[in-house]
Amino acid sequence: MFYREAGQFKKTYSADMAVFPILQDRIGIAVILFIAAVVIPLTGSNFFISSVMVPFLVFSLAAMGLNIVTGYTGLISLGTGAFMGVGAFACYKLTTIFPDVNIIIWILASGVFSAAIGAAFGLPSLRIKGFYLAVATLAAQFFLEWCFVRVPWLYNYSASGAIQVPQRTLFGVAITGANATPTTRYLVLLGIVVLMTWVASNILHGRVGRTFMAVRDMDIAAELMGIRLLPAKLTAFALSSFYCGVAGAVMMFLWYGGGEAADAFNIRQSFNILFMVIIGGLGSLIGCFFGAALLNIVPIILKFGLPAIGLAIGSETAEHINHLLVGGLIIFFLIVEPHGLARLWQITKQKLRTWPFPY
Amino acid sequence: MLYNIFIDPFMQMGGAPDLLVQTLWEGLVSGVLYALIALGFVLIFKASGVFNFAQGIMVVFAALTLVGFHEKGVPAWLAVILTLGVMYVLALAVERVVLRPLVNQPDIILFMATFGLTYVLIGIGEFIFGGEPKQMIAEQLFLPRGAIDVSMLGGRVTFQKIDIAAAVIASVMIAALAAFFQYTRIGRALRAVADSHKAALSVGISLNQIWAIVWFAAGIVALITGIMWGARSEVSFGLDIIALKALPVLILGGFTSIPGAIVGGLIIGVGEKIAEFYWGPLVGGGIENWIAYVIALGFLMVRPQGLFGDKIIERI
Repeated sequence: MFYREAGQFKKTYSADMAVFPILQDRIGIAVILFIAAVVIPLTGSNFFISSVMVPFLVFSLAAMGLNIVTGYTGLISLGTGAFMGVGAFACYKLTTIFPDVNIIIWILASGVFSAAIGAAFGLPSLRIKGFYLAVATLAAQFFLEWCFVRVPWLYNYSASGAIQVPQRTLFGVAITGANATPTTRYLVLLGIVVLMTWVASNILHGRVGRTFMAVRDMDIAAELMGIRLLPAKLTAFALSSFYCGVAGAVMMFLWYGGGEAADAFNIRQSFNILFMVIIGGLGSLIGCFFGAALLNIVPIILKFGLPAIGLAIGSETAEHINHLLVGGLIIFFLIVEPHGLARLWQITKQKLRTWPFPY
Repeated sequence: MLYNIFIDPFMQMGGAPDLLVQTLWEGLVSGVLYALIALGFVLIFKASGVFNFAQGIMVVFAALTLVGFHEKGVPAWLAVILTLGVMYVLALAVERVVLRPLVNQPDIILFMATFGLTYVLIGIGEFIFGGEPKQMIAEQLFLPRGAIDVSMLGGRVTFQKIDIAAAVIASVMIAALAAFFQYTRIGRALRAVADSHKAALSVGISLNQIWAIVWFAAGIVALITGIMWGARSEVSFGLDIIALKALPVLILGGFTSIPGAIVGGLIIGVGEKIAEFYWGPLVGGGIENWIAYVIALGFLMVRPQGLFGDKIIERI
């Protein structure tokens, strides 16, 4: 009823091609941003912010990275966790070597290192396709995971092999380290995620994104149309790894605050993020947020929600049920809508537009 | 440095041939087990085009069910039969609940569905049997224990009897599968489906039935793998990592080739043991975890469809 585009006439080509062509969408996104940036920090408890919102944003960013290479370019990658790890270690090394440079700059710069490594491991994608490529990216995952443990230079020779996140400030406010409040971390993270989503949206709607999608739909045809496959695929890998690297850096610096990085960036993390992308929707930016939200919220509800309504279950049982539920959800969503939550959202919007007189 | 990489390991091999034989043997044995898991993958991939990620967890699930039945006091032979029954029900359920609604979807969707299946199986298995590792009932299944020491090449080489049994059983099973594919009516139907779904449908072969059969066959392979692997170490969900080890085997051999799975398994098994033993110390050890993927990647760069895979023909 309220979601109507009647009377909104596009007068220019760019207005027609806008990301949010309908006024209600623009209002909606403004409301969501307002809630995320003002309402949640003011009203949310520390627990809610640090164990729901922060992981959600970190995973959304990582899922976005994977979606660029898997959803938009059609190259399956199982090395997401490792590329995130590269970002985390790069950021850690950079900030300990150059402690005076602002941490935000290093978080974004660490993506560059990740991108370089991602592009290097993307090289086989020219010759290898489909599942064969998926296994090739596993080589990256296991090799890098091994490096995280065996190269002590990466974690500054600390005896436990763990990263200690130092305190860094922005405008005099601590944003990393033990003294940073969850709200500050959340706001910094939100800023990074919003910025990077905006950039990704622009890249993917532009020439580069169209190139990716042409390669995804059929790479030989794309080549015949004059798309050079090597730069296209390597750009996809580099861009994807850039996002993953930043996600890894913020994960370590704004969420975990240190710890044994090799555990955080193992193969299960890669799978976890792949699930988010698939459930959210391949080739859709908003799907990344849906997928991350769903796969984040299910364990939290099981862990904290069920005891709250009187169903006491042990943490181990919760873990088992979590596995069961996640697996079930994956199968369920694939059967109901193989294109993920993003497609469901589109269908809902379409229904809303014609409600109450559907045709 | 170059000496350490290119000459020293071979000097060591020449200097202590008994150690080399021992390493080769260990590699062959783990290669056989990788090959068995890869075999389950290949069976399903050939018949339905599904890249079944859940094969590794089916191994664990089958082994756990077997041990679980035995713990309830069921005699070993009956437990094996009951486990086979469970695997059959699982095959039917997978075909009915997962595969049938997803027919004609893109490969990656089916691949992801088997991911979901992996999680469901982990959840069910942990829920019923608990998360702690279990002991495989090796003795009740008449699997030999102990080791044979053989003096050869100026040293002693130890062969675990269970490893020999594993190699023998694996060979028998592969021969049985080959005969089944070659000479039985169902085997012929399976090969027809593998060649072309549409052509098979047109001559009256029921795809649903074939899929259930092939998942059941993969279940049997999983059970045998689970018994063998469980007898060498213990049965726990940590074993699902071996599924990931089977992936380089698969790509090396090619997704569609049974001989490929076996040869690939042996190459990977031997390759990673030799590399770990002779080259591992140069970089601080632990390279077993990723060397298999690098070997497979090396082969892929030369032959993108694997050693024995069907030639990939691309059309516009």
